[in-house]
Amino acid sequence: MSASVLTVDDSASLRMAIRIALTGAGYKVTEAGDGREGLAKAQSERFDMILTDLNMPNMDGLSMIKEIRKLPTQTGVPIVFLTTESDDGIKQQAKMAGATGWLVKPFVPEQLLRVVQKVLGR
Amino acid sequence: MSAGDPVAAFKTEADELLDQIEQDLLDLGGNLQDADLVNAVFRGLHTLKGSGAMFGFDKLAGFTHHCETAFDNVRKGRAPATAELVEVILSAKDHMSALIHQSDDDHEAASAEILGRLRAAIDIASDAPAPAPAAQAASPTPASAGGWRVQFYLPPDAMANGTNPLALVDELRDLGEAEVRLVTDRLPALDELVPTECHFGWDVTVVTDAPRSAIEDVFIFVIDDMQLDISPLEPAVEEAAAADVMTPETENVVAAAVSAASPVKGKPAEKSVENVRVPAERLDELMDRVGELVIAQSRLFQLAQNSIDMSLRSVSEEIGLLASELRDTMMVLRMVPVSNLFGRFRRLIHDLARDTGKIIELTTEGENVELDKTVIERLADPMIHLIRNSCDHGLEDAEGRTAAGKPESGRIHLRAQQAGGEVIISIEDDGRGMDRARIRAKAEANGLIQPGQVLSDQELLQLIFAPGFSTAAQVTSLSGRGVGMDVVKRTIESLRGQIDIESVEGAGSTIRLRIPLTLAIIEGLLVRVGEGRYVLPLATVEECIELSLEEDLRSRGRSFITLRDRLVPFLRLRELFATGTKPEAFQKIVVVGIGAEKVGLVVDQIIGNHQTVIKSMSPLHRNVTAFGGATILGDGNVALILDVAQLVALGQNQEERLRAAS
Repeated sequence: MSASVLTVDDSASLRMAIRIALTGAGYKVTEAGDGREGLAKAQSERFDMILTDLNMPNMDGLSMIKEIRKLPTQTGVPIVFLTTESDDGIKQQAKMAGATGWLVKPFVPEQLLRVVQKVLGR
Repeated sequence: MSAGDPVAAFKTEADELLDQIEQDLLDLGGNLQDADLVNAVFRGLHTLKGSGAMFGFDKLAGFTHHCETAFDNVRKGRAPATAELVEVILSAKDHMSALIHQSDDDHEAASAEILGRLRAAIDIASDAPAPAPAAQAASPTPASAGGWRVQFYLPPDAMANGTNPLALVDELRDLGEAEVRLVTDRLPALDELVPTECHFGWDVTVVTDAPRSAIEDVFIFVIDDMQLDISPLEPAVEEAAAADVMTPETENVVAAAVSAASPVKGKPAEKSVENVRVPAERLDELMDRVGELVIAQSRLFQLAQNSIDMSLRSVSEEIGLLASELRDTMMVLRMVPVSNLFGRFRRLIHDLARDTGKIIELTTEGENVELDKTVIERLADPMIHLIRNSCDHGLEDAEGRTAAGKPESGRIHLRAQQAGGEVIISIEDDGRGMDRARIRAKAEANGLIQPGQVLSDQELLQLIFAPGFSTAAQVTSLSGRGVGMDVVKRTIESLRGQIDIESVEGAGSTIRLRIPLTLAIIEGLLVRVGEGRYVLPLATVEECIELSLEEDLRSRGRSFITLRDRLVPFLRLRELFATGTKPEAFQKIVVVGIGAEKVGLVVDQIIGNHQTVIKSMSPLHRNVTAFGGATILGDGNVALILDVAQLVALGQNQEERLRAAS
């Protein structure tokens, strides 16, 4: 069975780019447009991995990650956040919130797949 | 959702983002202390930069970065939000739009100019270019002879936070032949063991040519929080570490236990509302199909009516019902709130105020009223023109207003309201109002009217929409933009709408656009006049009454009926259309109204409701004002659609003439 990935980003174009890359590599992709929607999806379904932006309306990525980490259904789910920030401050904050890893924007599909494969393992 | 073109999606999204940034900037301009707005602008710029870089818009990303940095400084309290900053970022927003849509042009000069202004507007220097993505501190040690011994303990919360130790070990294995030992010296006693924490250490030897940085890359996400020792593998040194060693089988058992510890499926949560984005053309296509379906359905209805087959009739009825529901659903799909339209004018007003030096306040009302998307799009240009006109000619400058005893700040009020089958959009200003003497003088000078010609007030005001008419004594850069008010009127009429003007000298003007809700299909009342059949938009029909032959004869010459103590003029369509037929014994009056004005239309027969797919008239018939279009009936014949607004005006004129005569 193919691994399922939840992508949370307020940018539809970015979600589309991610979806094209991931579905092309055989992953099953579910999308959410902001943190609140992402959390709602995470509450109703277990994913193999969550890929999220940090800067989003309604609920930002950090708050969503913290909330998802409280969900018994998502224990240990890898959460990778997308960031353009290069300073370690935001990475540290995200890791404190419970993120597993990160991917710096802009990225090419190969970089995305490498990170996904990295956190999902074999 | 189907896979599409992400770049096209990015452009659409960037446009929306830029619109939102503009709205937030304009709000911020009115309240420079609002931290939420500063954050909103920052977030918008940030997203734009990030997505721009993703999709190859490097110049956009680079340029936006500077604006983002400026707002980051404001956000962090290092610089104040100022009116100048808002102004510069507004220009920058326009420039970003150009960078997106004319990405091939040369924008260097414009970029540099805006960035220069940006530097001047913000106290903090923001000249640092976009820093490169964080490079992990990679030590450029040359490849070790033979391989590496990697000993590591993960942070306790690593597994809870999604790190899979086995995946890390697998990655090490991918680098070369590896030997993996599990280190359990930190395993606590059972009663102290927290099952979600990671208590193991690993001791891995990898035979590989890969450099040390490749090993560090494996741990890139946890390297700052973990204990990691990487040492070059000494040739032939293989003495075991002093730790407990487990066999690979035991390791697998532990791994299985770990993964079994993660619980499965929880309760389903409430479903969030999902939106699907559809290109407008597809909606148009669907609309066309629905239109064809409605025509086909009315043919079926006709056949069924003439048939004695009851089952055919019932199927026909059912399909009729479904078709009309489908039509209604379709309509709703195409509706967008006018806030989409009104929102665009805030920037316009902002710029107009800046350019004219007037103080202008924009207020809006009824933004939730919905209109067909196509209509909204086509309304934008005429409205821009009307608003420019109001700001430029209507509103006085601050001194003029003070002298006239009005508040310094002029007001433009945009209002949308739904009334029956139409939406009324009004543009109100509290300026000086229209100068009727000047309009008359100008119209006479331009030969639009004869000197001394008697005109109703509305007719006089409507002259401003006549081709070649311009009331501005001097054409300013604001209103004098090539498109005249006649284009405004033509556009509104092409939407089957009409324009009313109300103006009180010294107190302001209101321009009212009456726009039908939709362009494509209306619910109509089918009537017969002589041999011809006509459709009246049902939304305008108020009631139907009978006009007996005697009554008709009695009222001749004075075409009025008394309807609940109110005198309503009526038009004999038979005479108006010169059908050449004799009046029938039981004529009907269909009372139609637009707003408060009513007029009766005398027809020979009322046939019934008719779903009317509107087809526009050929260019040859465009000047026949009594008709708003045509439609195809179930039997294939053509029926003309009556333009009720025109007929009402005709009836009112007749009323005024008769009153003047009596």
